[in-house]
Amino acid sequence: MTSPAATAVDRSAPAPSGPSGSAPRLRTSRRRHSSDQPRRSVLLTVLTGLVLLYSLVPLIWLAVSATKTQEGLSRSFGLWFDGDFALWDNIGETFTYDDGVFTRWLLNTLLYVGLGAGGATLLAVLGGYALAKFRFPGRRAVFAVVIGAVAVPGTALAVPTFLMFSEMGLTNTPWAVIIPSLISPFGLYLMWVFATEAIPTELMEAARIDGAGEVRTFFRVALPLLAPGIVTVLLFTMVATWNNYFLPLVMLKDPDWYPLTLGLNSWNAQAATAGGEAVFNLVVTGSLITILPLIAAFLLLQRYWQSGLAAGSVKE
Amino acid sequence: MTTLQPPAIAEPRPAPPPARRDRRSWTGWGFLGPFVAVFALVFLAPIAYSVYLSLFREQLIGGTTFVGLDNYGQALTDDRFWASLGRVSLFLAVQVPIMLGIALLVALALDSGRLYGRDFFRVSIFLPYAVPAVVATLMWGFMYGTRFGLVGDINGALGVSLPDPLSPDLVLASIGNIVTWEFVGYNMLIFYAALRVVPHSLYEAAQIDGAGQIRVITAIKLPAIRGALVIATIFSIIGSFQLFNEPSILQPLAPNAITTDYTPNSYTYALSFNGQQHNYSATVAIVMGLITMAIAYVVQLRGMRKGV
Repeated sequence: MTSPAATAVDRSAPAPSGPSGSAPRLRTSRRRHSSDQPRRSVLLTVLTGLVLLYSLVPLIWLAVSATKTQEGLSRSFGLWFDGDFALWDNIGETFTYDDGVFTRWLLNTLLYVGLGAGGATLLAVLGGYALAKFRFPGRRAVFAVVIGAVAVPGTALAVPTFLMFSEMGLTNTPWAVIIPSLISPFGLYLMWVFATEAIPTELMEAARIDGAGEVRTFFRVALPLLAPGIVTVLLFTMVATWNNYFLPLVMLKDPDWYPLTLGLNSWNAQAATAGGEAVFNLVVTGSLITILPLIAAFLLLQRYWQSGLAAGSVKE
Repeated sequence: MTTLQPPAIAEPRPAPPPARRDRRSWTGWGFLGPFVAVFALVFLAPIAYSVYLSLFREQLIGGTTFVGLDNYGQALTDDRFWASLGRVSLFLAVQVPIMLGIALLVALALDSGRLYGRDFFRVSIFLPYAVPAVVATLMWGFMYGTRFGLVGDINGALGVSLPDPLSPDLVLASIGNIVTWEFVGYNMLIFYAALRVVPHSLYEAAQIDGAGQIRVITAIKLPAIRGALVIATIFSIIGSFQLFNEPSILQPLAPNAITTDYTPNSYTYALSFNGQQHNYSATVAIVMGLITMAIAYVVQLRGMRKGV
């Protein structure tokens, strides 16, 4: 019987030992691995290249289309530029159209991500640290309940959460989006796994012997060691919050509180409404602006989140 | 909510021995307390409230009355519900194997060390995961257009007439394509991360025994990442059953093909927010939740038992 716990034992070897060592170690082990099988295959590269094309062509389409005027979108070939290069005009118009409502949506999204993803990460770090490093009454029960609840589809929660929040007067306020975003079971799980491996118990004991309290031990000893795990959790909670559509759709009526996702969809939908102006060029440009920050974050922070994710996958 | 959650909470497994074996104190609660408090507010309370709601019915005459399990009886004989469940089941049966299959093949290709430019492949194929479902669907919706989308361009350029991806016959496949595009890279990364930590000595032993690449894959790599495969499958099942964003955003483009009860999730949304039938909506959501959990549980049991 292959239980996850058993596979975890098999895989103990290359698990990152700590933040300082994890990223470089992952690198070297990767390189060593590939040098054992030096025969690179053109055929395999080409076949995998098909999946690469599939992944990138829509993004290229988006980037190219953002340079076109609305007329250009329909008259030119999708994957090549139109005569008019309208990217800068489009960006300007995206931010100023309809009294700059896009800017408002962007700020809302930043608010939801800052408080939601930031808060979710904080709660996950504290909770994961507790699960990894303390034994306390009810610990197993908490874990079982969290796991059980995660299997409940979000659908089952949306309506009752809406009704509950509605009675509490929270719907149509930013809190209706932020509060549910604060819980990331994935984040808790990842931090728990990561903290187990990254914080040597002896170090905590040493800090305590030196007279440090629990809070001080956490901030001075544990937190620095948890950095790559924190980056990973933060990135994934950021993606979840930045990309969230269903929750704000249910909770918000006032377009002034929309995040980017909901706003873009409303721009797209207005072409279909009677008397609505079609602004497809702004939908496309706004979409590009919406995805750029996340793609940049993933690319810039690659080595951190990949080592953090590898640590998590050890246990899966 | 309708996006696939990251590989949340894998599965119940024995917790590692806590560090402080002898000091069983309440200190840990100080750190875990905030999470549990918010969790109770946004997970446990709505579930309890949902169950409570499902036991009542709001009637035009007589107001809200306790009806016991009547709503559940109604759900079990509700053709619209079953039709939507059938649709997502078909989606699940076709889309998930394709998506996970591609993800697995790419992960194995990356792990084989035989690709040129592996890091570029890995990062680029992962990127669509960072794209919101809304943007992904808007993009593909534009590209699907037969008049001025890519499909239309190809039709014009080659003088052919490709079938309309937004027609009732094809729209489910078109949605499947969007979801596949969004999550292939994500699943690939999960598989790849699991493959990276397979002990290298196993490959050497296999080589000495004369095992070829294929044999190494079937005898070592696949069994070693079974846990990751099972988890990816479970989360894909949950994701398929929760399908909402993509059909809902495509709906204006394909109004004849995508109805308000296209998926169970669309149906509960429509019941609640267009029909004001909160009680029945909660019931349908609970039934759907129970079905999802049952299937996820069976997959986990089977996945973990197979082989040795």
